[in-house]
Amino acid sequence: MTTQIKDLAPDQITSTGHRSLSVTQGNAPSRMRRDRRWKLVLMVLMAIASIPLILIAAEVIRRGAAVINMEFFTQAEPPPRREGGGYAAGFVGTFIMVTWASLMAVPIGILAAVYIVDYGKGLLSTVIRFFTDVMTGIPSVFVGLAVYALIIIGSDRRITFGALPGAIAIAIVMLPIVVRTSEEILKTVPDELRAGAFALGARRWQTTLKVVLPAAGPGLATGTMLAVARGAGETAPLILTAFGNINVITQLYNVAIGALTLQIYNGARQPFAAGIERAWGGALSLLVIVLVMTVLARWIGSRATVRASR
Amino acid sequence: MTTVRSDGLKGRGIGRYGDRVFAALLLASGLSVLVILGAMVLRTTIDALPVFEYQGFFRFVFGPEWHAGFSRQEFTGTYGAWAFIYGTLFTSAIAVTFALPIALAVSLYINFYAPRRMRTPLSYVVEVLAAVPSVIFGLWGLLWFVPTILHPITRWVAETFGGVIPFLSAPVPNVNYFHAGFVLAIMILPIITAIAREIVATTPLDEMNAAYGLGATRWEVLRGVVLPRSFSGIVGATMLGLGRALGETIAVLMLVGGSQRFGGRLFFPGDTLASHIAATFQDAAPETLQALMGIGVVLFLVTMFVNVIARVIVWRFGRLGGEAL
Amino acid sequence: MKRTKQMALLAVLALVLAACGGNDTASDTTVTTAASATTTTAAGTDDMAPLEGTIEGAGATFPNPVYQDWTFIYTSDVQPGVSINYQSIGSGGGIEQFLLQTVDWGTSERYLRDDALAEGRESRGCDALQWPVLFGAVVVAFGDDQFDDLILSGDVVADIFETRITNFNDPAIAALNPGRDLPDLEMTVVHRSDGSGTTSVFTTYLENDTATWTLGSGTEVQWPAGTIGGQGNEGVTAGIEQNPGGIGYINQAYALINDLPTAQIINSDGNPVKATLEATSEALEVLEVPESFQFDILGVGGGGYPITGAVWNFTWECGYEGNTAELLRDYWTWAVSSDEAIQAAIELGYAPLGASLRARVLEAIARTGSLD
Repeated sequence: MTTQIKDLAPDQITSTGHRSLSVTQGNAPSRMRRDRRWKLVLMVLMAIASIPLILIAAEVIRRGAAVINMEFFTQAEPPPRREGGGYAAGFVGTFIMVTWASLMAVPIGILAAVYIVDYGKGLLSTVIRFFTDVMTGIPSVFVGLAVYALIIIGSDRRITFGALPGAIAIAIVMLPIVVRTSEEILKTVPDELRAGAFALGARRWQTTLKVVLPAAGPGLATGTMLAVARGAGETAPLILTAFGNINVITQLYNVAIGALTLQIYNGARQPFAAGIERAWGGALSLLVIVLVMTVLARWIGSRATVRASR
Repeated sequence: MTTVRSDGLKGRGIGRYGDRVFAALLLASGLSVLVILGAMVLRTTIDALPVFEYQGFFRFVFGPEWHAGFSRQEFTGTYGAWAFIYGTLFTSAIAVTFALPIALAVSLYINFYAPRRMRTPLSYVVEVLAAVPSVIFGLWGLLWFVPTILHPITRWVAETFGGVIPFLSAPVPNVNYFHAGFVLAIMILPIITAIAREIVATTPLDEMNAAYGLGATRWEVLRGVVLPRSFSGIVGATMLGLGRALGETIAVLMLVGGSQRFGGRLFFPGDTLASHIAATFQDAAPETLQALMGIGVVLFLVTMFVNVIARVIVWRFGRLGGEAL
Repeated sequence: MKRTKQMALLAVLALVLAACGGNDTASDTTVTTAASATTTTAAGTDDMAPLEGTIEGAGATFPNPVYQDWTFIYTSDVQPGVSINYQSIGSGGGIEQFLLQTVDWGTSERYLRDDALAEGRESRGCDALQWPVLFGAVVVAFGDDQFDDLILSGDVVADIFETRITNFNDPAIAALNPGRDLPDLEMTVVHRSDGSGTTSVFTTYLENDTATWTLGSGTEVQWPAGTIGGQGNEGVTAGIEQNPGGIGYINQAYALINDLPTAQIINSDGNPVKATLEATSEALEVLEVPESFQFDILGVGGGGYPITGAVWNFTWECGYEGNTAELLRDYWTWAVSSDEAIQAAIELGYAPLGASLRARVLEAIARTGSLD
């Protein structure tokens, strides 16, 4: 059933007397149509997928920008029905807890990553790697519950709600992220660097601390920033550990402390217009913090990877 | 007169122990992951044991009635978590149903159709969603997305089809399984997309070129080579997304309905395991607190089960998901 | 509109006070003197050295609007050096955190029963004090303005919240509201999803004063399928406003601030009563408060609004560190007896303590930390 050359129109025959490649026959047109149709479907779905971020960012900016001024960062929150004031308590609380959480999670996470990449062998290393991956999927509310059980019930309530349990909960959420990203980066540090260090007589720990980690530096910063962004955005574990407070608290433990996310949550679910407006302001601040850190981290990360692999 | 010193090579004093100490430190850090995980599981399980004994594990999981008591010494309530387990599975299923096709389309489009320059920006637009905190999804969902977009649509659906299909019947309150599940879909879209994108990228070029050589169109290559090759990996990516959906708390809490019942309707207001913990924790009497620990253990078991299977599948493709985690 | 309501309330209050004062001027004056005497002692200490420090409380969401306002006024105008933190976590949580001694005072819409008091005595080594702070009505509120002043009986309320009545055009509602045009509108019942004293007040009323209620009473009951839950009075109010046909029970203050339409409830004498300050006060007039301050408000008749609850605070007689007890005494004395605090409560739709009860409460506040 093939088309004969003599049946073709003149413009479908090439100058060499052969059939032009643009001639389709049999089921080809329908297959081409289906190909185009699916391309369109995929494009539409791609377009749909890019809508949510735009919608979220647009609405948060639109509602939040009206609220944000100097007072928003320096004042504590008045009763929900009163206007003005700000989220100072939340900013301070989140800053304290995320700082402490980073001090706990980042060194342990990076060392664990070094262990997995350079030191660990065999089953144990695989098990640690595997459970680090699994740990990224543990619900953060479970982490909060467990920290409550371990620290607050565990200490017989000598340690109660406050910055310390909150920071520990955030640290546990951050830990697997630090390990995972650091691991990816450390793997890109070329072995020649290590070999060179050894050849100069460096010990293994010297090699790790003075050669491998500095070489991976920017990449490690990436992992840390991603983890901090995640930690700063956590709400659920803080309900069970930090407990929330509308006053600015600087004590490290045994005084319930506020957090940006907790204030947004409390503001959003009550019916007072002033409180809801502030919640949008808080959401905008949080979104800016988190997105800037994430995008910056990825930018540093991609540059670091390119350099390390050269 | 100077002597040549070779401290770096020979080693004296404490330096000699440096390696061993450092290695021990690294091992301890590595093990800390396992220790923390183990401690969390052990402690919550121990705290939850009394309620499992009081109700029986089976009745705790499948019991339809949750009636919190407020005693400080003993159990007086009825604790059956089925309504929350059901709600968790229902909302997560809705989320995966919506997220999977879109994630798949995005991963295929970015890998095989998008101009090279556009690939990174396009993947950013989807994957940066992963960085948006849950509480912002909740705020946006409750105060803008549901009232302005989703609720009019769901009300229309219930009015139009509800009479014929009981699954879609009215009433449609502003918070229900579907609204929570739909926002969840947006939340898990980035993780499924990120991993699916890496999975489809592992398709061997030779096989694809062979198919092209046989005259296959681009869609036929995707359909006949890429998708079958990536099938199990996509299942793994989906399950990772499912794991996220099962454990999501704040956004779901704000959108799911906060009721202690469960129902077969799509627009039924219910509750999930994670959101029930967060909703009632601060107010819980000691006996209820133990019951919440029980919910925590069940939640952990479910998410752990899904995550372990997912990771085992995804690991076979090499270790992926570095960007989206 | 909101403004007018508040003004109306103030006017009503003035009337009530005038009425009270008319026949009982002597006792009123003595109480005022007692109150101002206590305030003066507190104020005396301020003049020498302004107070400084932090006190923490936790509990019911029911009084949260006024507690927040009190804190705001007190820490900005009265004692700027004091920081007060009240977590509105629910009544159950208030009792719980208080007995665990993680907060300086607890607040609840349920008074402490004898077993809890005994437990507290054992763990702290001295008595837990409890005293009512203010009263408030629990109203049945609607999302749709056209239902303002709809008349409901206790039995109909029970049927609505057990979803036996699901539409506003139900014959049972029509029978109570002759001549009123009721639309065909499905109800969306909104209840509390957390444990709460508001639920306790509401269900205690339904259990005791109606025939058809089957769900029992308590801070948390298992509501029927198809109803939606909200976190706190805040969440329920939001739920009512955001759903067509929304109906739910909330503290009157939330209905007032958000200008929500509310129902008239038929009390035990068969009179339909709208929750107003006057109606709440009338419900309290017959109330005999025992020495222990353990009481329920049930079977309200006359012109009284039937679904009324009280808010209790809990403090300890001993065991406070530093100047915590002094801060607690000063703050709560101010909150219970100062004019601006009482005015804030009234503006928000709460009924303050009556004169004689206030004197007794001030005595109890003075005992806080007295054994240290």
